[in-house]
Amino acid sequence: MGLLEHTATELLDRLQSGSLGAVELTKACIEQIERCDGQVKAFLHIDAKGSLEQAEAIDRRRAAGEPLGRLAGLPVAVKDLACQAGQPTTCASRMLAGFRPPYDATVIVKLKQADAVLLGRTNMDEFAMGGSTENSAFQKTTNPWNPERIPGGSSGGSAACVAARMTPLAVGTDTGGSIRCPAAVCGVTGLKPSYGRVSRFGVVAFASSLDQVGPIAQTAEDCALLLEVLAGHDPNDSTSVDRPVPAYTQTVRQPLDGLRLGLVREHFSDGLDREVERAVREAIAVYESLGATVDEVSLPHNRYAVATYYIIASCEASANLARYSGAHYGHRADERPLLDELEAERKRLSEAGDAAGLEAMDTALVRMYRHSRAEGFGPEVKRRIMLGTYALSAGYYDAYYLKALRVRRLIWQDLAEAFKRVDLIVGPVTPTPAYKLGEKAGDPLAMYLLDLYTASTNLAGLAGLSVPCGFSTSGLPIGLHLQAPPFEEERLLRAAAMFQQATDWHTRTP
Amino acid sequence: MAISRKQVEDVSLLARLLLSEAELDQMTGQLGKVLEYVALLREVDTEGVEPMAHPLDVVDAFRDDEVRPSLGRDQALANAPSRDAECYRVPAVLGEF
Amino acid sequence: MNEPYTILIGLEVHVQLLTRSKLFCGCSTQFGAPPNTQTCPVCIGLPGALPVMNRQAVALALRTAVALNCTIPRFTKWDRKQYFYPDLPKGYQISQFDLPLSQNGWLEISDPKGAFELKRVGITRAHLEEDAGKSMHDEAAGRADSRIDLNRSGTPLLEIVSEPDMRSPAEARAYLTELKLLLGYLGVSDCNMQEGSLRVDANVNLHVATPAGTAATPIAEVKNMNSFRAVERALAYEVERQYRQWQERGIRRGDPGGHKTTRGWDEARQTTYEQRAKEESSDYRYFPDPDLLPLILNEAEVDRIRSSLGELPAALRARLVADYAVTPYDADVLVNQGRPLVDYYVAVAEACGDGKTASNWIGQDVLRWLNERQEPIDAYPVPAAELAALLKAVIAGELTTSRGREVLAQMVAEGVSVEQAMKRLGIEKVDDADLEDLCRQLLEANPKIAEQVRSGKEKAIGALIGQAKKQNPNADPGRVKDICLALIARG
Ligand SMILES: [Mg+2]
Ligand SMILES: [Zn+2]
Repeated sequence: MGLLEHTATELLDRLQSGSLGAVELTKACIEQIERCDGQVKAFLHIDAKGSLEQAEAIDRRRAAGEPLGRLAGLPVAVKDLACQAGQPTTCASRMLAGFRPPYDATVIVKLKQADAVLLGRTNMDEFAMGGSTENSAFQKTTNPWNPERIPGGSSGGSAACVAARMTPLAVGTDTGGSIRCPAAVCGVTGLKPSYGRVSRFGVVAFASSLDQVGPIAQTAEDCALLLEVLAGHDPNDSTSVDRPVPAYTQTVRQPLDGLRLGLVREHFSDGLDREVERAVREAIAVYESLGATVDEVSLPHNRYAVATYYIIASCEASANLARYSGAHYGHRADERPLLDELEAERKRLSEAGDAAGLEAMDTALVRMYRHSRAEGFGPEVKRRIMLGTYALSAGYYDAYYLKALRVRRLIWQDLAEAFKRVDLIVGPVTPTPAYKLGEKAGDPLAMYLLDLYTASTNLAGLAGLSVPCGFSTSGLPIGLHLQAPPFEEERLLRAAAMFQQATDWHTRTP
Repeated sequence: MAISRKQVEDVSLLARLLLSEAELDQMTGQLGKVLEYVALLREVDTEGVEPMAHPLDVVDAFRDDEVRPSLGRDQALANAPSRDAECYRVPAVLGEF
Repeated sequence: MNEPYTILIGLEVHVQLLTRSKLFCGCSTQFGAPPNTQTCPVCIGLPGALPVMNRQAVALALRTAVALNCTIPRFTKWDRKQYFYPDLPKGYQISQFDLPLSQNGWLEISDPKGAFELKRVGITRAHLEEDAGKSMHDEAAGRADSRIDLNRSGTPLLEIVSEPDMRSPAEARAYLTELKLLLGYLGVSDCNMQEGSLRVDANVNLHVATPAGTAATPIAEVKNMNSFRAVERALAYEVERQYRQWQERGIRRGDPGGHKTTRGWDEARQTTYEQRAKEESSDYRYFPDPDLLPLILNEAEVDRIRSSLGELPAALRARLVADYAVTPYDADVLVNQGRPLVDYYVAVAEACGDGKTASNWIGQDVLRWLNERQEPIDAYPVPAAELAALLKAVIAGELTTSRGREVLAQMVAEGVSVEQAMKRLGIEKVDDADLEDLCRQLLEANPKIAEQVRSGKEKAIGALIGQAKKQNPNADPGRVKDICLALIARG
């Protein structure tokens, strides 16, 4: 069994016992990346030099008997939207190609304090908008289990590099399923923490009331390890909640007695792939064999989650992405041709005696904004900006944004009700296993509908997790979705770990 | 159609995007489909339902009025697409162009 | 006012709150730093940066709102006001839209010169928001572009919007003066227009009386005025212009071509000019900022603020008039100098027991000295107790007012006490015995005068008073007269 097939927890033991060096482990990761990332294309940027230097420093300090951080020597790959001082932070967008933040996101600070080795930056859907990582402006990541298939998204790079064992740990973000969906289709474990559990400071915003940073790893135990480091109150993020962080790693191995699972009636309707349904039902049977009871719960408003989610997320995104205007940083369109273009327009209009046209003409500044943004953003980002701008514009606010906020309340109420009767809600993560690259290109709506099972977690601020629970006949991983009430990550992780103690899906490698 | 080509064009200015003729057609079609789908929400009775803008309710998150070090100017301007020794530079904010 | 129209003026005032750090980050708010040296990821709006509210900014805003008699809601929130401008790095301004932290207040203004009645100007709302940076136009090298300085970006602003309750440019100026004074007393802003810590936008139009009822002229919003005087003049100009326009074109508010326009004030030309808004009709797409959670304000908190306000200008004026017999005009003069001068005045008035005399001397002598030197009261060389002692002497008739002024001049110049000053001027009190001898000698030397007095020509005494003064400059004319008359009466 290769070194990198070990879990992060196992590797950490070996690092601490001294039987494994940080440099040795980091080198192994870099070699594995060189071996398979040519095909998987999970990384946008590999900091080989920097990570080896970090690893050397850690080995040196360990040798000197100095105290070391929680993750000392463990390589971590980070989704390319958490600002890291001096490192590329592109959000997989042309808009930020070459952008180097002058500061660290809080999660990066925490990883550095934990002496994690920051291996590199992973590919994603541009600005985290998408479910397949095909919306990256730079490269298409493939599913390690099948190069014709998508790795899921938007944290596709982070899930793929764990699945391909290029790194034991990765950081992703989840706004409507962006950690759980790629974790599911790549056959790894991914946790979307409760809103407010992990700081968003320095993490490039997509939809501020929905975004959360979370761990992606082989096992629930490894997720517990990484979450323990990432979680916690941050005075720089007004929406991070001041609550103690439980010692997840201390409890994660303890099975839950009398676990009450809620099965969502509406989730098992048409649209759910038969193989996915089978795997999910078998997983639930496993829980029953472990003493869990299963109850049917009803979430009558869940069928509105996708519509609600796309309105709210797009409205927030349209504002969050207004800062990318070419004025202070990021891509700016070439100004000379732009001025010539305006000159020509002006000429044409005045010759045509089109006074109204002249009056309506863009100023150089407005045209600079429009060209810069048109060139810097990809089609999906433009669609979301357009949708959000429209939904917030005069005369439509009430019909779209406000309406969505009210339905969001109802979705939240359904879940709150359900959690009075059950400890966790279980179901599928995605309606189907990984689909073919390009299969859904040009049909945005079809893409959006794939968030059907995951979007409500974010709308309600709950914790959600995807754990490998089987494979399709064509050998594609399938994930089981567990949802817990806010700040019940501990329950979620213990439930997932207890499943993984009884199954070996998470140990399979491509 | 749930949204007209003209509306899409107006929104593209509001959003400071520039869409080619082809993009305008495509965007009108795609936005139209999405808007038709989200119209699904109309069937929900939200009478008297409190809007939920955020998963968290009120928490008072304040900072004390203390000065913390700023970025140096060079760091602040480091990513500027156009700058001089002191400032960001942009096309004239006033005037014709 | 006998013009055939009523003037409606509403003012929108932005004041910078006196915090050390910005509204959402730790950058300094110090004015005048070199461009782009007081910025950070938050106020540059770098990707990923998040705002955290400055507690002091909220406190100062609430303090002002309470002093403006506003109602403070239980619940207030922060909204994003979206528009693209290079001095607004995030592409939106964090402001307040439908639930501002205060509404429905009023500010009382009066004209001490009596040009208009004491009146209340309604305050529509006062809300907290962040300032933008500065854009400077630069014609360098033919290619016109703009330079952006983000030092000011994120500075806390309080936007105070009045009702269109002012009926003349003078009232508008009085409102601004009173508002500035209030903010000074509250210590929430330095209101320095030159440094841009107070900015005024004025909305003005006319209601013209016509046979067919009153007609409203199109509203003009007048901007970039850099002094209260400029505001008054700009408004006076606008009133003229709008009435002329009305007479020429008769366009009403809301008619085609009757939409609201924005006009700039040209200080050099003393005229306003239309600023053509080259923009699509602004649609700010306000929505609650998901990075900042709403704020709950409880009664107790607001009461605590109310009780901590201290005595505000209006109350202070009333007290001076009531307790110290000061005229409303003098009370206004004193209060407008700010709290420290009022405290000085009160100390003097209490110590000398005559508020009127105290206000005369402080209003004239003391203020003249301060104004000539542009100094605050604490720079005045004469302590309240000393001035009081001097005034006592004057009130007791030990010194004539003119003699008193000489003494004060001496005290100011040499920084000496009343006694010392009087000594230096060779002033000491002549006791009545000496004075009586002097008078007797004078009467004996001038029997005619005694005669004239007896025959009813009391004025004749004047001659003796003059001689008495010659022989003893400290002799109090009043006393000399009394004693002489008494001696003559005795025969
Ligand atoms: Mg404002
Ligand atoms: Zn700052």
